[in-house]
Amino acid sequence: MEALKTPTKINTFLSDTATTDRELDYSSKDFSSDQDVRWCPGCGDYTILKQVQNVMPDIGVPRENIVFISGIGCAARFPYYMETFGVHSIHGRAPAMATGLKVTRPDLSVWVISGDGDSLSIGGNHFAHMLRRNVNLNFLLFNNQIYGLTKGQYSPTTPEGTTTKSSPFGSIDHPFNPLTFSLGADGSFVARAMDRDPKHLQQMLKRAHEHQGTSMLEIYQNCIVFNDGAFELFTDKKSRPRETIYLEQDKPMIFGKDNDKGIRLDGLKPEVVELGDNWSEDDLWIHDEKDSTKAFLLSKFFEHATGENGIKFPRPFGVLYAVDRPRYDEEVIRQVNHAAMSNGSPDLDSLLRGKETWTVE
Amino acid sequence: MKKQDIVREEVTIRFAGDSGDGMQLTGSLFTNTTALEGNDLRTLPEFPAEIRAPAGTVPGVSSFQLHFGSKEILTPGDVCDVLVAMNSAALKANLAMLKSGGTIIANTAGFDRKNLNLAKYGDDENPLEDGTLDGYQVHKLDITKLTKESLSDMGLGYKEEERSKNMFVLGLLYWMYNRPMDSTISFLNSKFSKKPEIAEANIKVLKAGYHFGETAEIFTTRYTIKEAALKPGEYRNITGNDATVLGLVASANKSQLPLFFGSYPITPASDVLHGLSKYKNFGIITFQAEDEIAAVTSAIGASFGGALGVTSSSGPGIALKGEALGLAVMLELPLVVLNVQRAGPSTGMPTKTEQADLMQAVYGRNGESPMAVLAPRSPADCFNMAYEASRIALEHMIPVMILSDGYLANGSEPWNFPLSSDLADISVDFEKPRADDAEAFMPYRRNENLVRSWAIPGTKGIEHRVGGLEKEDLTGNVSYDPENHQKMVLLRRQKRDNIADFIPEQELDQGNEKGKALVLGWGSTYGSIRTAVGEMLKEGYEVAHAHLNYIQPFPKNLGAMMMNYDQVIVPEINDGQLVRLIRSEFNIPARGIHKIKGRPFGVNELIESIKEIMNGKEEVYA
Ligand SMILES: Cc1ncc(C[n+]2csc(CCOP(=O)(O)OP(=O)(O)O)c2C)c(N)n1
Ligand code: SF4
Repeated sequence: MEALKTPTKINTFLSDTATTDRELDYSSKDFSSDQDVRWCPGCGDYTILKQVQNVMPDIGVPRENIVFISGIGCAARFPYYMETFGVHSIHGRAPAMATGLKVTRPDLSVWVISGDGDSLSIGGNHFAHMLRRNVNLNFLLFNNQIYGLTKGQYSPTTPEGTTTKSSPFGSIDHPFNPLTFSLGADGSFVARAMDRDPKHLQQMLKRAHEHQGTSMLEIYQNCIVFNDGAFELFTDKKSRPRETIYLEQDKPMIFGKDNDKGIRLDGLKPEVVELGDNWSEDDLWIHDEKDSTKAFLLSKFFEHATGENGIKFPRPFGVLYAVDRPRYDEEVIRQVNHAAMSNGSPDLDSLLRGKETWTVE
Repeated sequence: MKKQDIVREEVTIRFAGDSGDGMQLTGSLFTNTTALEGNDLRTLPEFPAEIRAPAGTVPGVSSFQLHFGSKEILTPGDVCDVLVAMNSAALKANLAMLKSGGTIIANTAGFDRKNLNLAKYGDDENPLEDGTLDGYQVHKLDITKLTKESLSDMGLGYKEEERSKNMFVLGLLYWMYNRPMDSTISFLNSKFSKKPEIAEANIKVLKAGYHFGETAEIFTTRYTIKEAALKPGEYRNITGNDATVLGLVASANKSQLPLFFGSYPITPASDVLHGLSKYKNFGIITFQAEDEIAAVTSAIGASFGGALGVTSSSGPGIALKGEALGLAVMLELPLVVLNVQRAGPSTGMPTKTEQADLMQAVYGRNGESPMAVLAPRSPADCFNMAYEASRIALEHMIPVMILSDGYLANGSEPWNFPLSSDLADISVDFEKPRADDAEAFMPYRRNENLVRSWAIPGTKGIEHRVGGLEKEDLTGNVSYDPENHQKMVLLRRQKRDNIADFIPEQELDQGNEKGKALVLGWGSTYGSIRTAVGEMLKEGYEVAHAHLNYIQPFPKNLGAMMMNYDQVIVPEINDGQLVRLIRSEFNIPARGIHKIKGRPFGVNELIESIKEIMNGKEEVYA
């Protein structure tokens, strides 16, 4: 990772005190802090925390180079439980704070923890701008479709009609679809996972880490107290095969209890088909993470009716979209370093002097 | 005809025209040349808030006032000696600023029927003809025509010809005030280096204006203003915003830290963003954020990583930053916050000046949230305060707000700039790495000044978590313990108050150490107050002047200093903010002078007001 070429105290300090050549031999326990975890028993946040702690030893980054930054909400307590550097900042602003940190310290692995209210309501603006800039950080959006910490008001992802404390007659707010939103903001990595599938979640966390640019990973998280079962269709053993589809690069889109269903594209129109007599695997849509149009179609497997009889499309999990494009933090450092090279070493005295002076005897 | 040359001690010129007439440029070029000639000076640019009010109308008038002289000049002048009026609206809007008997240079092309109507003069009114201007010396010139004539052989389009008429005015005034043209010529050559014919045209018109003064029979007098007896040294001319930029670059350079500047454009602070973004080779990172909240939080993120985080705005944007400033107070990280105040509330008067954000700076956050607050007193002093703010923020791990304002930001003055070696050291240390078996790192352990250490990511063994929730003393863990909260609130306040040990004691600017009245000011009113008190001292009044640069904490000796006077008088461009702080912190019956018109104090109005208070008035609205 390129650092600032101008001599700074940070560079000098870190290179003087560096211990980076050491063998990293962490276990997941090394990433758990001495603080008691205080989510409600059964909260989906626990499993997410566990999986993050599980993948940390595998990403090969020294613990002191990892920073977790969060906003406010239940999810946002996350940094306290990680034995890394961390900041629990203010509601919705973690993307901006992480941007400031990452552009000055590209050497750090920066993870942002946010809730659906935090990132899409109060912080919607910063969330969008982080995505369009493509700052190289990992953004984990814990979506429980409710405001947890403030005890159960509807959030910007709550489905219309939901009765909550602040919508006793049903919510009339049309919800955000976080993945469509992210693709619309030109996010370069857009993926979905869920708390109840730890293995897959781990894979997604690793993919997020590997991706260079903003990695937006939405994680369905069960709020057992205020919105229990919001994602049951996708997590329940019985409904899951027909309601979910796991995306894999270059693989055909297959789902269903006995892998008996697939998704086919008729032009740009997706269609659920039964495999067998009429359709075979060869007719199916082959997933390509680099195709933004198709990623958008996948993200829209969302508004279509699901449930007992209305099932149309399964909900996709995995990486919908991943491409390389210029990263904001890298471009910032490149400009600064370019200026340092082409304008010569900075001379404070000539700067203070300016162009035109006169002397008083 | 013989022309006479008169020596003057000081002159005030006001250039006024339509926003499209280039009066700001004319004014700044005259200012630069005048500065290079060694005069002392102050300027006051005033422009409309509308992007483009209709041409020719009074709301579309833009003006630039310059006060220069061979004596100490501290204000842009209450009234002017010369008024350049490029059209009838400019005359209408500015005539009240001209002293009786003053000189008017009027561009007659801007006084045709159409322009007169746009300026809302009646159908049979024309101030140039109807006796309105009796009592002034009026020079009526068709500047537009003269400009076109001097360019007749160049084959330029109508627009290009018309556009350089401000150079004619500039040339003429250069002649009248015996100024050389070289600096302006080289400016034009470099500004239009890609369009040499435009550079040539402008220079031609400039010279035409100069020679017109020399040859035309109408101008019989030239004026010379000798060099001012400034303190010996090397000088340059500088505006407040430019000085702030240099102060920030200098503090980054001296502390050897990268400077991260997060900002969202707002008048009159934007020039600081423009200025800093040029200095990337000094390791300066500028981030044009999506809003003020992102601007400040990104700067806090940078500070967490070990950079000097800086953010800037004006009052409305500072309001948005409020919550994040509280976070910076809790995190105890360095942060510099520049507030270039404008007149408010809400969007207020964006291009007008006011000092009404003092309470916002001192108290304007939720909870007990102490920050340090500094205020520059003049354009060049913005350099010192930007440097001081960085030094205090870094050495005391605290957010520091600088209260500049529109008048300082755009106004300029000669600056005896320092050498980098003259600048105070800024000492920064990061917390060192720890071995695995060392005792646990305590992020909120403090040194003797109550300052915690700067523990940056990347340092092995000191991994820790901070955040906006109340901290347990020493460990920094989240704590809702009542005793701990009280303790931490007091610690944070005491840490801020301890800064008083590291700033200069308050000095008296003028007057005796004891007397009837102390005039206590802060920020951009310095020039007017100093000039006013100076004149009152000459008249024999027992007054003195002290001017605050450090407002939170106050200098240690301020209370004792005020006790030496029967009265403390606090003039401010607001409805009484410092005066309230002084009353409440020192329990003394200080009296206020307030002006809330979006303009600086005039010297004479200030003298009148001070006298009224000395004669027993409680407070005065100037
Ligand atoms: C400026 C501000 N406004 C409101 C709040 C109150 N608040 C705290 S968390 C929260 C919603 C959190 O919801 P979400 O982001 O979905 O996180 P969850 O608690 O569900 O994990 C709100 C409204 C706050 N802390 N700060
Ligand atoms: S309220 Fe919901 S989201 Fe918050 S901790 Fe409890 S279960 Fe988890």
